[in-house]
Amino acid sequence: MSTLAQEFSKGIFKENPTFRLLLGMCPTLAITTTAFFGFGMGVSVLAVLLCSNIVISAVRNLIPDKVRMPAYILIIAAFVSATDMLLNAYVPDLHKALGIFIPLIVVNCIIMGRAEAFARKNNVVRSILDALGMGVGVTISLTLVGIIRELFGAGSIFGFNIMGSAYEPMMLLASPPGAFITLGILLGLCNFAFKRLGIE
Amino acid sequence: MERKLVVSSSPHIKSPETIQSIMVDVLVALFPVALMAVFLFGFRALATMVIAVIVAMATEAIILRNGSFFGDGSAAVTGLLLAMTLPPSPPWWVVAIGSIVAIGIGKHIYGGLGNNIFNPALVGRAVLFVSWGTHVAGSVWTRPVPFGFTADAITQASPLVTYNASLGDLFMGTVSGALGETSALALIIGAIWLFYRGHIDWRIPGGFIGIVFILGLFDGGFSMGLYHVLAGGVLLGAFFMATDMVTSPVTPAGKLIFGLGCGIVTMAIRLFGGMPEGVTFGILLMNGLTPLIDNMTLPKKFGEVKKSA
Repeated sequence: MSTLAQEFSKGIFKENPTFRLLLGMCPTLAITTTAFFGFGMGVSVLAVLLCSNIVISAVRNLIPDKVRMPAYILIIAAFVSATDMLLNAYVPDLHKALGIFIPLIVVNCIIMGRAEAFARKNNVVRSILDALGMGVGVTISLTLVGIIRELFGAGSIFGFNIMGSAYEPMMLLASPPGAFITLGILLGLCNFAFKRLGIE
Repeated sequence: MERKLVVSSSPHIKSPETIQSIMVDVLVALFPVALMAVFLFGFRALATMVIAVIVAMATEAIILRNGSFFGDGSAAVTGLLLAMTLPPSPPWWVVAIGSIVAIGIGKHIYGGLGNNIFNPALVGRAVLFVSWGTHVAGSVWTRPVPFGFTADAITQASPLVTYNASLGDLFMGTVSGALGETSALALIIGAIWLFYRGHIDWRIPGGFIGIVFILGLFDGGFSMGLYHVLAGGVLLGAFFMATDMVTSPVTPAGKLIFGLGCGIVTMAIRLFGGMPEGVTFGILLMNGLTPLIDNMTLPKKFGEVKKSA
């Protein structure tokens, strides 16, 4: 049995959902044009994941195995709807930019995956730590992709101009192919680093 | 007793050809094209080519860390081919980034020479085209001034936008365009050298140029078919880029299909697309299909029997 600290940290490094498990690729590729959008998406996923993991792990013994998927989707959808409305109310710009990808959190592999693989087998405390770790992992990863794409694609980070006014943005990184190239190179670097560190 | 029978493992017949000798042959074939580019566009063209080649070789040397700057020569070929697809005088950093991307992302990310899926020079050009379109396409084509090595540049639209250049100008190269694509004459001289040395097969350029000509016929008769072949990058792409050994099919039928595909995509982009020229993306698209084409056109094994259903 792993320690509680490991439950938290595994989502950030060893089982980072984006770079190690390759889950939730669709929002990773689609909305990371700027660091802020990546961060916003990551936090949204973190919030939904935390709530759904708590509820699913709390009611894990009450849900019959045969209908667990529909039950999970209902639970997750409830929190996603709440997140959707909250974002619309307090950060309408972000809500507009993330668009369809907020409702799509319902079927996000990370959330379904953690419900299926973790929350239904573990108690509430462990599920909370798991959700926090995974959520922070996603947030860091999406923000990182966003920072790189925004830095080279627009010359700024979180909207602050970094490259100076003479910089001519590399439009490729702001466009969809740039998302694939950035993610691919980051994945390669991650694998390289983990191999060097001897972690598998 | 002296042994008469030598037992060794294959290969038994060795060719004197090496990667380096092939790459040097390609450089030789590109020489008339480069010469014509300098003749037409002046020293700015020479500077663009030198930057592209040196940055490409430096990138390769840094990535391989084998202590050899020229190496097998493939980086020099990639750099020079990239320069050939660029306008006469883009900013130096655009050329340098193009070379770094071509060698780094176009080639070494996939595992180096022989493993790349896409033609590295065209990957470099595509990235530049998408990222800094205003520097490498649009109204950047300077009017060529033969012997006017230091004349001021006058920009004008590509002949693929205006469709008013004469066929003679297109053949000699005295039209605006990328460094290596304007002069059909120089390209054909270079291609003859490659054919003579046996490095390229007629099927890829034949299919490519043939289908461009045939589809051009529908766009306005015989002279229009010829115009489509001579204008833009069709000849450069067909002779020097589509024929890249790594990224094109190996089977004879596959080569023909590959060439036809390149030509069809090119013409589709030219006639119906939003861009005036489609050679880059035509070849890149077919590069991606190369493994499938090879699989599809595998020759029958001798003595193979039809499998009963």
